[in-house]
Amino acid sequence: MGEQLSGLGASPGIAIGPVFRYEKQRLRAEKVFVEAPDAEQAALQTALDQAAAELEELRARTAQEAGAEEAAIFEAQALFLEDPELLQQVTSLIEEESVSAAYAWDQGTQYYSEMLRALDDPYLAQRALDVEDVAQRVLAILQDEDRSDMRLLQRAVIVAQDLTPSDTVSLPKEMVLAFCTAEGGPTSHAAILAKALGVPAVVGLGSSLLTLENGAQVIVDGDAGLLLLEPDEELLQQYGERRRELSSLRSKAEARSHEPAVTRDGVAVEVVANVANVADAEEALQYGAEGIGLLRTEFLFLNRDEAPSEEEQVAVYREILQLMGQRPVVVRTLDIGGDKPAPYLDLPAEDNPFLGQRGIRLTLCLEELFQTQLRALLRAGHSHNLKIMFPMVSNLNELQQALVHLQAAREALEARGRAYAKDVEVGIMVEVPSAALIASVLAQHVDVFSIGTNDLAQYTMAAARTNASVASLANPFHPAVLHLIEMTIAAAHEQGRWVGLCGEFAGNPLAAPLLLGLGLDEFSMSPRAIPVVKEALRRLSSEDARDIARHALTLPDADTVEAYLKSVQEASNERAGKCHQ
Amino acid sequence: MSEVREIKVTNDVGLHARPAAVFVKTAAGFSADVRLQNLTRESPTVNAKSILSVLSAGVEQNHRIRLTADGEDAHEALEALCALIESNFKQAEA
Repeated sequence: MGEQLSGLGASPGIAIGPVFRYEKQRLRAEKVFVEAPDAEQAALQTALDQAAAELEELRARTAQEAGAEEAAIFEAQALFLEDPELLQQVTSLIEEESVSAAYAWDQGTQYYSEMLRALDDPYLAQRALDVEDVAQRVLAILQDEDRSDMRLLQRAVIVAQDLTPSDTVSLPKEMVLAFCTAEGGPTSHAAILAKALGVPAVVGLGSSLLTLENGAQVIVDGDAGLLLLEPDEELLQQYGERRRELSSLRSKAEARSHEPAVTRDGVAVEVVANVANVADAEEALQYGAEGIGLLRTEFLFLNRDEAPSEEEQVAVYREILQLMGQRPVVVRTLDIGGDKPAPYLDLPAEDNPFLGQRGIRLTLCLEELFQTQLRALLRAGHSHNLKIMFPMVSNLNELQQALVHLQAAREALEARGRAYAKDVEVGIMVEVPSAALIASVLAQHVDVFSIGTNDLAQYTMAAARTNASVASLANPFHPAVLHLIEMTIAAAHEQGRWVGLCGEFAGNPLAAPLLLGLGLDEFSMSPRAIPVVKEALRRLSSEDARDIARHALTLPDADTVEAYLKSVQEASNERAGKCHQ
Repeated sequence: MSEVREIKVTNDVGLHARPAAVFVKTAAGFSADVRLQNLTRESPTVNAKSILSVLSAGVEQNHRIRLTADGEDAHEALEALCALIESNFKQAEA
């Protein structure tokens, strides 16, 4: 009988398969003297060629999956492989000291990465990381070091300390069965990516996770937050069956994903998608999204050398808007802070970026950039159903200033005689507790609220969702968060405004009765979550949901709320089962 | 044949990122030996065909640099590189 590790279920579902250890252990080359330096030179060349081929493959895949901007990173890395000064230094070290190619390469690349780091420029520090990345790639080839470990050749369960966005870019998505991380909370990158891919994830499994060996057979239970090690036949069979059941439920939901989500008592609920680029928008349509509840625009601004021009932005927004036809598209203006790679903005590093100058606070200070984005949005929105939304609003003054900016953008376009969206609706993200608490004031100035539960939970509970030791506190099921959601919806409805919710919470079918009962008008989520949430909504009656929400608000903590909702879900599953018989 | 020119780099990221890559690729297209010195930083003269060297020269916006070319196509090399800098790397983006 095998052991099990328990953590936080961050994305539901069952996966069974071999472990793939994703780790960035730094390879080192010992000083080894060789008898045939010529053979070392040849080995170096072969390794450089192979590394170049790998980088080209990575570039092509990234261009397809994440866009040209991100792919450019690998193009730049490939240039290091051909650097004449570096190669000169490495080959002469081999020649003159009769050392191994690996040692010479390690020395040469270290020299340059240290030199770049020494210039104390955040951009060059990033390039130093790129040099190290390339250095490791070539070193691994030269030392024939576990290359199979670094490349995912079969479908596997990814096991890692934690995953950064750049790690996730390099994983071939079709090979990922599940994610398991030692650190990280339910809204860490691994969790978000897992939900987007529709694979299970368990996070916060602790450091013993990292003692697992490559290839070990495991079962991942994303619902219970469990990782089962060395499962016996009986367990494998049991989980195999559950996995089949879940996937048949899923395919049933997917078959109806293009039908609207109408509750048993005839209330139609809007189900829309969170997207971050054109490919996501295509996926959203494929999974039955009725619009876009959150279009993140950061992708246009990050990892590049200068801000995107108005024309470039218009082209991208238009592409997405045209794809969506007359469906509503809520676009969030640039939402970044000092922790994001936008070298051209020269943002100062902050001690506490999540409580710093980010979102609307930042764009209000970057007048030209903000104006350019607003003009681009207004132009692209012409003859489409566009809404503009400001992130991180915490008081009325910020909102009023943002509205002044929007008016200025309108006037500029008017003066230029350009066609633009004249009666675009305006909204704010409600993600800072202060905004929820003064929702009735803010609602007088906007048409739309969108509740961002990831941030709302972290700010309400004072628990960073990136810090594993406290991330579980930032739980949107906590009654404190639920009360803020309730206040926001009630204040908006009183003034005839509609409210969406675009956090991970909206994509959790467990939360569906609660949010429906609180009166939420629009559910916005990762495209792949849409079919299952629609199906969950179809099983509800809005009246029952109101009772469920009312009861949940009286409960003392997140655990009891979740336990209560699970009991509600089971009862509803049983009912649904009986109906089918 | 040898030629020297001094020029101010005016594009907003200097010789960083993509402009640096474009600069190096352009230099590498000529047979002449091309070298670069960042006059503003008074840094050592480096090989303009080496991306790592060009990056480590730390050329930022409004830094002055000296370009030296040595070889048959020295004149053409400097013409091309200066045109690139003067256009703020605009044609490189198209």
